[in-house]
Amino acid sequence: MNMVNRNLYSFLLNLFPIILLFFLVLVDFDFSFHSKKLVTFNLAYIVIYYWVLKKPEILGYGLVFFAGIINDVVIGLPIGISSIDYLILCGIASYFRNITLRPSLINDWIAFIPSILIITSIHYFILNIFFALELNYYNLILSSAFTITLYPLIGFAFNFISKLIYPNKQ
Amino acid sequence: METSRDDFIIAVRSSFLKKGVAQRFSLLVLIVISVVLLSLDFYKSKPLNIFRSVSKDIIYRGSFLVSLPFKFLDHGYVVIRDHFSLYNNYESLKNELYTLQTQQTEIEFLRMQNRELKIVIADDLLREEKNVIAKVILDKQSPFLKSIILNKGTQSNLKKGMAVLHKKNMIGRIVEVNYLSSRALLVNDLNSKIPVKIIPSGENAIMTGGGNNLASLDFLPKLSTIENGNIVFTSGTDGIFKDGIPIGKIKKIEEKFFVEFFADLNQVNYATVINHKNGVN
Repeated sequence: MNMVNRNLYSFLLNLFPIILLFFLVLVDFDFSFHSKKLVTFNLAYIVIYYWVLKKPEILGYGLVFFAGIINDVVIGLPIGISSIDYLILCGIASYFRNITLRPSLINDWIAFIPSILIITSIHYFILNIFFALELNYYNLILSSAFTITLYPLIGFAFNFISKLIYPNKQ
Repeated sequence: METSRDDFIIAVRSSFLKKGVAQRFSLLVLIVISVVLLSLDFYKSKPLNIFRSVSKDIIYRGSFLVSLPFKFLDHGYVVIRDHFSLYNNYESLKNELYTLQTQQTEIEFLRMQNRELKIVIADDLLREEKNVIAKVILDKQSPFLKSIILNKGTQSNLKKGMAVLHKKNMIGRIVEVNYLSSRALLVNDLNSKIPVKIIPSGENAIMTGGGNNLASLDFLPKLSTIENGNIVFTSGTDGIFKDGIPIGKIKKIEEKFFVEFFADLNQVNYATVINHKNGVN
């Protein structure tokens, strides 16, 4: 029984990034508090970037693609735009993983800055040019800035969870 | 120099073209599929629309279920806040009631007069209206898109362009209809543009959402006579909305006129969709 519980625990921990990502896209999570928007940031970007960088085998690209589709439907954006954002972010994270010899949270954070700027630019460009949708540029920049700022904090928490998932491999 | 460029190309190729460890698809293939899906948005065909509609219905229901605990917390917060501000509300409501009661008799007279005049014009009484009451299942008020998901769709004869009301005040219009659900773009979204009439001056303008709780007014006459507190109604000049639906009142901020909505767009649980004329297919 204990063995079964342990296996279930380990299985659920392994699924943590996937569950978190799908939860975030389904509830369209942004850190808002009623009408007063305190902080708005894209936690899904952090989840994807962190786990693709650290443990790509946990977060399949197919699932990331599917999460993007759900996000588009929930938010009401043209279907495919978030998938493109997420997959390009996966590509960038994967690229940094390939070229990084000594990974550290600070290095990842520095690499995260251009990644977010690229993704946000692509997002804005596609929606504005091809779909003639008006976006609040100020909010977009603010959201990106908060996403970048909060990466170390959330990355630290993910490091802790990662240690729980792989206690021997750290 | 040559080596570093080669390294860069190898790293990029490895990231985008190769299937990683335990990955079933390469990134490039998925990006191409995403682009195809994105371009399908421009292509409208019946089977595709049905597929879109069904998949959106399923995702909306899933999202609704996952959001339930948050909605519950949100509701709890509102109940507690309302409880603590009960006395202040009571005082202000008492004053408001007094003002309203004095206006009531005047309104009754104007209503009667209006009814008689409408018979003379033989206009609005010929309209066929069938209102649909819908529940808000998702409230997606992200900074980028202000919209709500309603639990009624084509099954309840909802069509694109229909006006959405909350307590008789305009809050948005239907922009997407699925079989069992629909999306209403709120009046405060940046992409929302509604022709309005300002009373008592009778001036026409286009109201554009500002992304917050105020909307701006475009195409106002150069010598506008509108003032703080004037009421903004739909003008009905686009032929989609019924005219005379209250939206909000004028608020002057730094010599510019804005519309402050009557409805609290963050607290909409039920909405009425007005089936005026035939909507847009």
